[in-house]
Amino acid sequence: MNASAPPPVIELRGLRKAYNLGTPVETEVLHGIDLSLAEGEFAALIGPSGSGKSTLLNLIGLLEQPTRGQLLMGGRDTAQLPEAELTALRGRSIGFVFQFHHLLPAFSALENVMMPAIIARGVADDEAEADALALLEAVGLKAHAHKKPAALSGGQQQRVAIARALALRPRLILADEPTGNLDTHTADEIFALLRSFNQEQRCACLIVTHDPRLAARSDRVIRLVDGRLDSDTLFTPPLQEN
Amino acid sequence: MKFRLSFAWLVALRFLREGRMQTLLILAGTTGGVAVIVFLTQLITQLQAQIVDRVLGSQAHVILRPPEESNRRAVDEDGYATLIEPRAQRLRSIDQWETVMRLAAATPGVTAVSPMATGPGFAVRGQANRAIALMGVDAERYRQIVRMEEYMQSGRFAVAGTHAVIGVELARDLGLRLGDKLRVAVANGRDELLQVGGIFDIGNKDLNRRWVFVTLPLAQSLLDLPGGVSNLDLTVADIFEARAIADTLRGATGLSVDNWMQTNAQLLAALRNQTVSNNLIRSFVTLIVALGIASVLVVSVVQKQKEIGILRAMGASRGMILRVFLIQGAVVGAVGSVAGSALAFTLLQVFSSIYRNADGSPLFAAELEPRFMVMAALVATSVGLLSALIPARRAARMDPVQAIRS
Ligand SMILES: Nc1ncnc2c1ncn2[C@@H]1O[C@H](COP(=O)(O)OP(=O)(O)OP(=O)(O)O)[C@@H](O)[C@H]1O
Ligand SMILES: [Mg+2]
Repeated sequence: MNASAPPPVIELRGLRKAYNLGTPVETEVLHGIDLSLAEGEFAALIGPSGSGKSTLLNLIGLLEQPTRGQLLMGGRDTAQLPEAELTALRGRSIGFVFQFHHLLPAFSALENVMMPAIIARGVADDEAEADALALLEAVGLKAHAHKKPAALSGGQQQRVAIARALALRPRLILADEPTGNLDTHTADEIFALLRSFNQEQRCACLIVTHDPRLAARSDRVIRLVDGRLDSDTLFTPPLQEN
Repeated sequence: MKFRLSFAWLVALRFLREGRMQTLLILAGTTGGVAVIVFLTQLITQLQAQIVDRVLGSQAHVILRPPEESNRRAVDEDGYATLIEPRAQRLRSIDQWETVMRLAAATPGVTAVSPMATGPGFAVRGQANRAIALMGVDAERYRQIVRMEEYMQSGRFAVAGTHAVIGVELARDLGLRLGDKLRVAVANGRDELLQVGGIFDIGNKDLNRRWVFVTLPLAQSLLDLPGGVSNLDLTVADIFEARAIADTLRGATGLSVDNWMQTNAQLLAALRNQTVSNNLIRSFVTLIVALGIASVLVVSVVQKQKEIGILRAMGASRGMILRVFLIQGAVVGAVGSVAGSALAFTLLQVFSSIYRNADGSPLFAAELEPRFMVMAALVATSVGLLSALIPARRAARMDPVQAIRS
């Protein structure tokens, strides 16, 4: 990284997470993680099952509170923020993509993509709808905008989920095995989609994956073993193809 | 511009629409509950009003009479009280009744006052004679106490000179028709020849047989009450204020004052018991509806756990989730109250055509007072809202990670 590196989107300092705190079955899952993610960075998070990848992602996503250590977002310590502000911050600056695409079954693809804006503004508006349509077009699903998730294939649902994660132009995309239950070809497509948004919008991406092929196509590979950082490898600087 | 729902309404309505069977069941339950309550309330209110109306149809609300002549307790020198037979009450006039009448008329809540001279007598025609109650009234004033004109079978309710108004039973007993003559005699030996100017049927055989209306002066002279009246009849605006007004007048005049609530204490107690049992039924039904709404929503919260987690991950606050479920409860209550009122209206139509009085007229009118519908809507919506409180709080407190991990 050179001197003019962009400021970190998130920064973790000695982050620890224990479950069942204060009970006989107390278990520490993360044992002090130091990590930072720069703007526009595309990082893969790998590691054996149970090593704490999902836990780390949930902490970064402000869905859970660390037991100890600091988590800074855009330089701000999140430990000081009340629940309501954490929720608002999460809505505005983080986009999630999950393995089992977690779309809202009662809402159409378009409504799912509009939902972050509806939540942030309290009500839908024309701008949110136009944005959502543009995003669906970008993931190649404009024709399916009014279908319910149940009427879409797994790959299509995951593309809707990516469009939804991008709806509010977040600074950070967190994806937990986004290609986990897709065939190789579809997985490649989804991965490429994330990559292209990362390059267009300069949002940082942290992708949990078990697929070494996909990890190899990231800028950086972070390996977690038993709740500790095992290795952190920087490949090439972000590619400037096309 | 397109109409757009706010987040909480959008999600709440969509959740309700999505949970088809559940929503239908909970709506059916609420509708049924509201219908039962509205139907019962309307029916009982109507029947009670009818009963009271019927009872008061031939009664003054408040009656002022001379104070009872009481026995002075005879106490001898040794301090022993001697038991004396109760004193017979002779017919007396109210002292300065015109002053009392003005006072009564000026009392707030009193709408009409009618002086009356009444006493026992006999109606005689040929060989037949019947015991009667001679009622000396000012017809115009008395009409404001008892709506006699509604009960007239023939002739008019008007007394003048020697014209009298009698009941159908007496007319039948003595074979009298409009314009016929009858003699009325009283215990002191006086009598008078009267002409039948009107025949009424007040719906009560006893009264139809006994009441004979004549002019006030005629009754006064027959009953030996020169210029006097034996009682003052009052009508009040709010019939349930009768007791309070009677108490006021008793205090102000020292007269003996009766009111219909006192003379019909048993009826009132029965009505009150009916109201209590109606309230009991309503409370139980409301409770059951509330439990129904709450339990369906609790299940819905568990089913929607994943969606709630996703919404929270996208930045929906606890308050927003809380509102989503509160709205569901309120909507179920509101929709249920409208459907329930409609059902109650239908039930009233059906039952009023089935249940009829002896004369074939419907037992009650098939109408629904708007105030009951408004009440149902308010109560049902609040009950829905309150029932949703526990499930909604549960939803708001749900851990988003738990939902997303599974
Ligand atoms: N709520 C919890 N209570 C107790 N232990 C938990 C809880 N959540 C996770 N764990 C434990 O934390 C450890 C890390 O779990 P985590 O889901 O982060 O692993 P992972 O690296 O994502 O695994 P995988 O690759 O299988 O998804 C596991 O041992 C898991 O059992
Ligand atoms: Mg995991």
